[in-house]
Amino acid sequence: MLRSLLSLLSGSLFGVGLLLSGMTDTTKVQGWLDLFGAWDPTLAFVMGGALIPMAIAWRLTRNRHPLAGGTFPAPPTAELDRRLIIGSVLFGFGWALAGLCPGPALASLSFGGWQGVTFVAAMLLGMLVAPKLRLVLDQTAAKS
Amino acid sequence: MPTEWIMGLAGGLIIGCAGAVYLLGVGRIMGASGIIGGLVDGSGRDTAGDRLFFLAGVIGAPLLLWLALGSRPETQASDAPLVLIAAGLLVGIGTRLANGCTSGHGVCGISRLSPRGIVATLIYIGAGVLAMTLLRNIWGVI
Repeated sequence: MLRSLLSLLSGSLFGVGLLLSGMTDTTKVQGWLDLFGAWDPTLAFVMGGALIPMAIAWRLTRNRHPLAGGTFPAPPTAELDRRLIIGSVLFGFGWALAGLCPGPALASLSFGGWQGVTFVAAMLLGMLVAPKLRLVLDQTAAKS
Repeated sequence: MPTEWIMGLAGGLIIGCAGAVYLLGVGRIMGASGIIGGLVDGSGRDTAGDRLFFLAGVIGAPLLLWLALGSRPETQASDAPLVLIAAGLLVGIGTRLANGCTSGHGVCGISRLSPRGIVATLIYIGAGVLAMTLLRNIWGVI
């Protein structure tokens, strides 16, 4: 019950924050990536704002447990594999093409029209086939 | 300072609070691609409840805000189906291969100085700038 409520609260804050920040407007995101054209720095303010509560939250995890029980995530690793690099390049291309990443695509689903629904449907399909591509990548890595 | 920057900062603070609630509350990293991807490929079956409630909030809260304010927010997304499909596939595949997107690697990763999060963010922004420069400023197709 507590887990569900906290998850719902977090998701609601996330959706409202994305909408208020302007990140559901694809032109603002594409403007951020249009560094050599009509550059729009709004995304830097959004990211900067988001990092403050989050950095405090990570500090608060020390010697504590999550409110709803369980454990906190393991410390970050420095392992940079090809999946991380190839995946991030593909994500960057898609991000530029439509001006949408997973969070804003979901937050704008109710008002984004057929365009938003089409993007999300394709994104879900991509997520469905990704584990198979992951296997292929790992196998070719093992051979080389 | 332009209103858009102030709204960006305010919205960003709320996004950061969302990540803080998810971390301190349920003990998990708030990454949109991971939360939804784990439901799609079945890898997150054990935590399906957390994920579904989170997604209900992400989709439902902006809907309620839209209804309360009365004016439909603009996404200004492309009208070309092929562009939307290609972009969606790239974002879906890319974020799941890389294990994170703007929220997981960006907001949650950078804030704890995760090397993977910082590298991923630099790469997807770099790739996005490259794509935007080619597609808009050189070829003029989007």
